[in-house]
Amino acid sequence: MKRIVRVAGGQGFWGDDLDAPRRQVEGGQIDYLMLDYLAEVTMSILQKQKERDPSLGYARDFVGAMESVLPAVVEKGVKVIANAGGVNPPAAASAVKAVAQKNNARGVRIGVVTGDDLLGRLDSLLADGHVLANMDTGQPLSTIRDRVLSANAYIGSQPIVEALARGANVVITGRSTDTALTMAPLRHEFGWTATSWDQLAAGIVAGHIIECGAQCSGGNCLYDWRSIPDLANVGYPIVEATKDGTFVVTKHANTGGRVSVPTVTEQLVYEMGDPHSYITPDVIADFTSIQLAPDGENRVRVSGIKGRPPTDKLKVSIAYRSGFKAVGTLVYAWPDALEKAQLADEVLRERLNRLGLKFDRVLTEFVGAGATHGKLAGDQSDAPEVQLRFGVRGQDRAAVERFTREIAPLVLNGPPSVTGFAGGRPKVEEIVAYWPALIDKSVVRTSVEVVE
Amino acid sequence: MKVQLVDLAHARSGDKGDTANVGVIALKPEWYELLTQSVTVERVAEHFRGMIEGDVERFELPNLNALNFLLHGALDGGGTLSLKTDAQGKVYSTALLRMIIDVPDADAARLGLPAANSSRVAKSR
Repeated sequence: MKRIVRVAGGQGFWGDDLDAPRRQVEGGQIDYLMLDYLAEVTMSILQKQKERDPSLGYARDFVGAMESVLPAVVEKGVKVIANAGGVNPPAAASAVKAVAQKNNARGVRIGVVTGDDLLGRLDSLLADGHVLANMDTGQPLSTIRDRVLSANAYIGSQPIVEALARGANVVITGRSTDTALTMAPLRHEFGWTATSWDQLAAGIVAGHIIECGAQCSGGNCLYDWRSIPDLANVGYPIVEATKDGTFVVTKHANTGGRVSVPTVTEQLVYEMGDPHSYITPDVIADFTSIQLAPDGENRVRVSGIKGRPPTDKLKVSIAYRSGFKAVGTLVYAWPDALEKAQLADEVLRERLNRLGLKFDRVLTEFVGAGATHGKLAGDQSDAPEVQLRFGVRGQDRAAVERFTREIAPLVLNGPPSVTGFAGGRPKVEEIVAYWPALIDKSVVRTSVEVVE
Repeated sequence: MKVQLVDLAHARSGDKGDTANVGVIALKPEWYELLTQSVTVERVAEHFRGMIEGDVERFELPNLNALNFLLHGALDGGGTLSLKTDAQGKVYSTALLRMIIDVPDADAARLGLPAANSSRVAKSR
């Protein structure tokens, strides 16, 4: 057994730095490369792609990432764990297989995890009494059933551990939890059992710290932000774990960014709910038990983590069509920039009313005069310029479309000192909304296939 | 003495549905107790009045010298539904750090607190 297992985070979301995976395998020694591609709405985008072409539905960036790390996988024995499979893990596996063949890379064994996708089973689940009520509103899924685009259970570490045990060196999952992608290889290497609560929780905390890529190693860090060096070459995070569950967060030498107690703490509190109960399919981790200590330059030691048994439910991520939206902007300049933008807002609202357009929601913001901090930003009457940002949302596409034609005329027939309309007419966007629900664990059956 | 939270703490925020979370972390361990006493649920609800629709919850993480706030109904529906610039609540963090706290002069001296920087304190409209 290895004494220390190194898991490197190489992707924090679909759209993250394309070159980060390669830098993680080339910058120094690691055992596992963990790539997290999925956010709440990503699954629905992938589902739409799969509907158009059954060979798609996975994060295509992953294929390029795999190509860039193939030498490390084949020659150095680095293993890759990724939830890049989206709604079509077998197709992602085929694409990786093809790219391995193209590069004459031998010995790539791909573990494919499936079973999280519940879309094809939804009606039978509903018929069996699984209400899939919205966790925020309590409404049953039946109220929006005909608009559902995708439905996936968040699954835990077990199928990834199984794939590794069966010799996979690339594991591709669908909607695995982000944290399981880090915890599973540690569980596999150290032989943690399904009831090693404290160790499993430590693996989850390690996963939480590195699942957003460089956001724990100097990216988006408010603490002493001016002093963080070389963000252009920011080092992505690495966890060096030991069997008892303690671990060090670090990054490769000769990279920018910083790993310190403040940078790690900021990431720990990111998207946090009740810190006593960070619920995952495998374990409930207690974030109030986490101890952080400096351990040399760009090294933070994490210890003391407590875990307890999980619930008998899995969270389900459901995406559904929920109308249309569009946002238009114009910029007003000094003097009295804010007042001019406010008058433009009034004029626009009156014109929309006269046209008889109905929306579920209309929102005006004055960017540069408190759009994000509201009243807390104080007096902005002397701002050099203010951007009017006007958004509408509704079920009727035609009404939203009509709204997009009402912005440009204001340039000539509204308040003065207006500019910044070069982007043209706003685009109408279909809204895919998120419906979080719970389902009995026993209903979701994952399976693992290992292909050469 | 008036002190501003931005000089006592750093912060990061994020979203879960229509709820924003703000984690506030004391810049010095000895300032954490002052945060727990001053940055209460009531103070934060007052601070954000008119900006959020739901309740405020607070959790303490003494191990990290941190407080975690949940601001419910803060994101205009949240996620893809929201029409806000800050639809994912990314900068509620610094919005909270605008808070001004009154600290007795003796306590401020004992804790070595920096006085609020007048150029940073927002002029009221």
